[in-house]
Amino acid sequence: MLKMSVRIYLADDLLTACLIGEIDHHSAKAIREEIDEAAGRARPERLMLDFRDVTFMDSSGIGLVMGRYAMMRELGGELLIDNMPAHIKKVMKLAGLEKLANIETGGRAK
Amino acid sequence: MKMLNQMKLTFMSKSNNEAFSRTAVAAFMSQLDPTVDELTDLKTAVSEAVTNCIVHGYPDSIGMVYITAAIYPDSRIVVTIKDKGCGIDDIGRAMEPLYTSCPDGERAGLGFAVMQSLCDKVRVRSAPGKGTSVSLTRMVRLRGQDDGKGAE
Repeated sequence: MLKMSVRIYLADDLLTACLIGEIDHHSAKAIREEIDEAAGRARPERLMLDFRDVTFMDSSGIGLVMGRYAMMRELGGELLIDNMPAHIKKVMKLAGLEKLANIETGGRAK
Repeated sequence: MKMLNQMKLTFMSKSNNEAFSRTAVAAFMSQLDPTVDELTDLKTAVSEAVTNCIVHGYPDSIGMVYITAAIYPDSRIVVTIKDKGCGIDDIGRAMEPLYTSCPDGERAGLGFAVMQSLCDKVRVRSAPGKGTSVSLTRMVRLRGQDDGKGAE
């Protein structure tokens, strides 16, 4: 049962990962591996996680964001987040994580 | 209060059962005619609890996960997710937001925080070496009934 996939594009210094389907503990592992492999190869200045086509997400998605934030910091780059689902945004705020990945400013920020 | 309906689900602690189990609970909940938000909230909370059984309850083995869901006349659903795994030593600490026993940085440590924010009541019972049981209670607002409080 593979319900999740990720499409990755590189344009100049921006690596965009469009997440598609359901993000849970089961699917997060493969997504993480694909993104990290592409980022390791491209070493982009910015990594964008686009949640537009995500149909379900639990806190595994937040773990995914936190892990990619740490990875981009190690690469000296920054993490951008677009189209975070409303109910997960609520949970990230509850944990004070909007400081880590500012998801308020028009959907994209550091 | 006497329950109106009940279902039980037992499955192996394999991660591809996370999607199966939350979808099954959502299908059972649908007889309460919930909104999409109410359905998503409970699905997310169940996904957190089942993931805990798989990742923490049975860290090095495959065991069984037991779900019971019951619907009550006051438009309430109670879902209990149980494992017979290693149990939790310190429930208070396990429930702290951002606390995680996984050091790899890929688990957010927000499972219980998510459950608490998306449910009306979360009850955790655990005995080290014997297992853990998490009960999630969620009210579903009756259509056309506005108590001014909303569903969340």
